[in-house]
Amino acid sequence: MLAIARQRMLGQSFKKILPAVSVLRSYSSAAKQITVREALNSALDEEMSADPKVFLMGEEVGEYQGAYKITKGLLEKYGPERVLDTPITEAGFTGIGVGAAYYGLKPVVEFMTFNFSMQAIDHIINSAAKSNYMSAGQISVPIVFRGPNGAAAGVGAQHSQCYAAWYASCPGLKVLSPYNSEDARGLLKAAIRDPDPVVFLENELLYGESFPVSDEVLDSSFCLPIGKAKIEREGKDVTITAFSKMAAEMLEKDGIYAEVINLRSIRPLDRSTINASVRKTNRLITVEEGFPQHGVGAEICASVVEESFSYLDAPVERIAGADVPMPYAANLERMAVPQVEDIVRAAKRACYRSVPLAATA
Amino acid sequence: MALSHLGASASRSSSLLKPLSSALSLRRPISGDNSPLTVETSVPFTSHQCEAPSRSVETNPKELLTFFRDMALMRRMEIAADSLYKAKLIRGFCHLYDGQEAVAVGMEAAITKKDCIITAYRDHCTFVSRGGTLLEVFAELMGRQAGCSKGKGGSMHFYKKDSNFYGGHGIVGAQVPLGCGLAFAQKYSKDETVTFALYGDGAANQGQLFEALNISALWDLPAILVCENNHYGMGTAEWRAAKSPAYYKRGDYVPGLKVDGMDALAVKQACKFAKEHALKNGPIILEMDTYRYHGHSMSDPGSTYRTRDEISGVRQERDPIERIRKLILSHDLATEKELKDVEKEVRKEVDDAIAQAKESPMPEPSELFTNVYAKGLGVESFGADRKEVRATLP
Repeated sequence: MLAIARQRMLGQSFKKILPAVSVLRSYSSAAKQITVREALNSALDEEMSADPKVFLMGEEVGEYQGAYKITKGLLEKYGPERVLDTPITEAGFTGIGVGAAYYGLKPVVEFMTFNFSMQAIDHIINSAAKSNYMSAGQISVPIVFRGPNGAAAGVGAQHSQCYAAWYASCPGLKVLSPYNSEDARGLLKAAIRDPDPVVFLENELLYGESFPVSDEVLDSSFCLPIGKAKIEREGKDVTITAFSKMAAEMLEKDGIYAEVINLRSIRPLDRSTINASVRKTNRLITVEEGFPQHGVGAEICASVVEESFSYLDAPVERIAGADVPMPYAANLERMAVPQVEDIVRAAKRACYRSVPLAATA
Repeated sequence: MALSHLGASASRSSSLLKPLSSALSLRRPISGDNSPLTVETSVPFTSHQCEAPSRSVETNPKELLTFFRDMALMRRMEIAADSLYKAKLIRGFCHLYDGQEAVAVGMEAAITKKDCIITAYRDHCTFVSRGGTLLEVFAELMGRQAGCSKGKGGSMHFYKKDSNFYGGHGIVGAQVPLGCGLAFAQKYSKDETVTFALYGDGAANQGQLFEALNISALWDLPAILVCENNHYGMGTAEWRAAKSPAYYKRGDYVPGLKVDGMDALAVKQACKFAKEHALKNGPIILEMDTYRYHGHSMSDPGSTYRTRDEISGVRQERDPIERIRKLILSHDLATEKELKDVEKEVRKEVDDAIAQAKESPMPEPSELFTNVYAKGLGVESFGADRKEVRATLP
């Protein structure tokens, strides 16, 4: 989510951003840069190497090298018993994956996009999420469901939905959403090692993005904790969850220093990090790509109102996808997805600054 | 034939007729000729749980010429879409149908606009055969107001309700139960019409298909399931996805017919047969043996899982347009030059439509909030910044 707007910004005006990007790149002392795609691929590779129970299943994951090339080279390396091309039958192969997990294997099931997971959602919720509870701990389900989630570019209403809120509302599931390459590696490894069903929401527009990674991140033992958010950028004026360093860059100019929280984990939600931040800044903007009603932002807002009400100096602002099915036309699509200017405007409202008018004398 | 109105106006088709008939001094005027002609299909039909129709198909010169023209138009349209996509005027997904044209034109020749058709995302040519215009196609692909879905749907979501074309669906297999639902409604309304629900070999393994087929058979619905078997579900060949790729037999207790989908006359015969069957006896499956020249979509080169020899082999041996051309020439219904002129004309029609589509503006911002509901009850809807952009849904 964080990078989605960053990606859009990159599309819109690369020159303006470049200096900002080089500032950001210097945060880490890393020498190496890898794409999110490489990060995911290497994570899968290392986890498959470390544990023979881990196997991959999904459409075009094997011979085609992955619809988005995330599983490239893995069929060749691990063979057809561990990298399985399925027919286009999500309900069937998801059920099969969950069954294999019941028995003790560790499937990583790919949905070509999470829109197609709706065909299989009964198995994700009823067969995977609830089993440990219903069996009083006998049947744990160490499965990972991964794939691109949310809007891409011009793919229309049936291929653009964000499922974070839907899956995150379900107890028994863990729901992760990486932003950069470090997140992708660390969270996917954690997901595969985790004994519970994990929904791993990637983003198609981020796959080709490069980010710096330290040697620690590149080590095969690297793992990020599930349930912990990361403060991407410290600030003091307003807390922004889930989105854009770019917004923070822009706000700095107007004297607003935003604290940007990269949630990383939608369920469990890191309420303590969020609340601690709001207690410091006293203002909150939640940003997400998905539909607004009953969304991730709504839960964060409720949590903050419950835990930190007296610390709020302004109403919580929610920036989300527009409350309409995703239109195809480029101009309408742009209006349907959060843009940096939306976040900036909301931040200024929260800080009681008006949007600047045309230059005055 | 609704396709004769594919040009911007009827006058265009009449101006088409003039040069052809004036050139035919020694020949009957082909454009108006309905005199019967019998042609054999390329191969006999193979049947499952039913008796196959005859491979002798009744046609006439007018129909053959219409087939030629319509398929040439569809072919040109899809190739033009390829260029537009590469020029980034079309965004997102774009799944092209070139190679499969005979299924669209043959089916349309056997039915009326009161019969329903529903298909998946490879829908441009099916939309056109149902009477959609080139302008509506290109404008929709480019996300403009003149598009059939006003630019809001995109390539995968073309619809034309007034000729009973129900889309245009992105989720593999979903259109099949929907098609059975259309058939249910037709029977419920006693319309004596049928529904053709098209799906691919990839979708043929979807469970929902069998669920809907079971119900259709139980309730005797006039549903015709048409598997457009182009032998690859995205990058996966049929034998890697289906234990039994004999899709016409997969209905088990539901009869089926295997058809050469590259032969428009065979398609027409099969659809005619299927319609009669469905109205009397309930569901039937048609498997169209066809082929797509392009990859699955514009993001797929189509050559990592198929050899170039295979693709060019099909083009040489089985191309649907070439088949009709040979038929027309061998029966002396037109000259080579006349057919080439038709191809030039459709090329121009396509170019003109693209130019017109480019003139069409992008949708108004207010269109973001239209058609969320048929009856919005005055509720509010919101843009990305809910305090900045809101609308009342009428």
